[in-house]
Amino acid sequence: MSILEAEGITKHFGGLTALSGIGFHVDQGEILGLIGPNGAGKTTLFGLISAALPPDRGVIRFKGEVITGLKPHQVCRRGVARTFQSVKVFPNMSVLANVMVGSFFGRPNTVSAAAAEGESVELLEFVGLSAFAAIPARDLTLANQKMLEVARALATAPELLLLDELMAGLNPTEIGLAMDLVTRIRDRGITVFMIEHVMKAIMCVCERIMVLHHGEKIAEGTPKEIAASKTVVEVYLGESAYA
Amino acid sequence: MKHKPRLPQGLLTTGSITLTVLVLFATLPGYASIYTVILLAAIFMYIVLTLSWSIFSGPTGYISLASAAFLGTGIYTSAIFGKMLPLPVVVGIGGLASFCLALLAGALTLRLKGIYFSMFTFGLVELIKHLMLWFEINLTGTRGRFVIVVDHITVYYVMLVLLALTILTAYAIRRSKFGLALQSIGEQEEAAAHTGVNVTLVKVSAFAISAFFVGATGAIMATRWTYIDPYIAFNYLFSFMPVLMAIFGGMGQLYGPIMGATVFAYLEEILITRFPYFYMLFFGIILIVSVLYLPNGLAGLIQGWQKRVWGARYVHP
Repeated sequence: MSILEAEGITKHFGGLTALSGIGFHVDQGEILGLIGPNGAGKTTLFGLISAALPPDRGVIRFKGEVITGLKPHQVCRRGVARTFQSVKVFPNMSVLANVMVGSFFGRPNTVSAAAAEGESVELLEFVGLSAFAAIPARDLTLANQKMLEVARALATAPELLLLDELMAGLNPTEIGLAMDLVTRIRDRGITVFMIEHVMKAIMCVCERIMVLHHGEKIAEGTPKEIAASKTVVEVYLGESAYA
Repeated sequence: MKHKPRLPQGLLTTGSITLTVLVLFATLPGYASIYTVILLAAIFMYIVLTLSWSIFSGPTGYISLASAAFLGTGIYTSAIFGKMLPLPVVVGIGGLASFCLALLAGALTLRLKGIYFSMFTFGLVELIKHLMLWFEINLTGTRGRFVIVVDHITVYYVMLVLLALTILTAYAIRRSKFGLALQSIGEQEEAAAHTGVNVTLVKVSAFAISAFFVGATGAIMATRWTYIDPYIAFNYLFSFMPVLMAIFGGMGQLYGPIMGATVFAYLEEILITRFPYFYMLFFGIILIVSVLYLPNGLAGLIQGWQKRVWGARYVHP
């Protein structure tokens, strides 16, 4: 069953076509990867799903209901959470408070302060930030700020999590931890849709991969199929991927 | 926002100090000179203006220059309804009128960011001033109005009540979920929206709440001026003073704006009476020095001392 479906998604920025007539679906409980060269329209697509931007044409359905035309906070409360390519934590708030914003406001129901704090503490442990709960978010390393964004997104109790380049800028150890985290998130029953440039990560973690190029979907399939696809190799992976 | 509940003892101390100060102020007209009462009412006014400004602009970082518009709306409410309705009702209407104006202005303009928002709020003062001028000249055939006179003690008590309400509201907001939402907007608005904060609603309601107290203050303080016209009621000074006072006091703590407004207002009084020709000059110098050497305002200075005396761990971040 698909949790997210999109048809004919088109977005222009002035004369530039960022996305032209994209259609896709995300299945419940899977980890779907989104790859493509810079400027392919990946982040724009995430922006459209999370309602940061309105599409020019096309419809997006989440659990069968149309979510295009909603405001960002409404999409979040329906159960779609996201992280950002360039980290956007609340820098002067404590790490714990960052996550609590998610518990307090990201859900359709009201959450008591005690419950919000309890869950936030648990989520910080889940992403490995327990030791930093009391310090301001600005003092975290880049990798930890990214983990904090994940915890904050999870605090909104999402059913679908959009991860925008979670592993960009991380070192190999941190990438390993992040890959493990993505799998653990899926094991909590949360569907994951992730943009990633780190090929090792995307090939190992994702069940399915979608490839964008110049605003068009050029391929879709299992990691094996994508690695073998001639078009994908030409526009994105490069010859060395044959090896 | 503090997430760990404070020690009950600390709360008790804060509560008893507040109560003592309140009782002191409430009984003050009984033994103090009328000059003190008038001066204190003026200081209360500046504290309310500054604190209300900082309720919205402090956490969100949206610098509003609309205070004069809200104050003027309150002043005109008083001029129009002062003779017909009892004073508490007039003050309430003044607050509500400003509240509604802020709702409308906020809904239209809070999508503007940074300097553009400030420019709009600045324009709002001018817009309403000229609207009022046009209205008075073309429809009522006057330019100014007389405001009903209220005795100094009553003005003092109404201002004291407004002050207490403003402090209480500011304190409650700082410690609430709503305050957390406001802060998250100031820190990273886009992330706040995607984390489920209804940014428009939160911003507009905070803007309107802060305008309420300014409008109510305008309605009561108008009785002091006896004669008003649009130039007196919508004076830019009242847009800039709260900003300067809040910066001077420091916005990180609740007592920052209170202290800033108190010191500033008292200083103004001293300077204007002792050095009527140079007071603006002195004022400017003090402001420049404080911006240069007190980046976190008086509150920052006090925290610095606290750190040196007791060590950093006793100071709230």
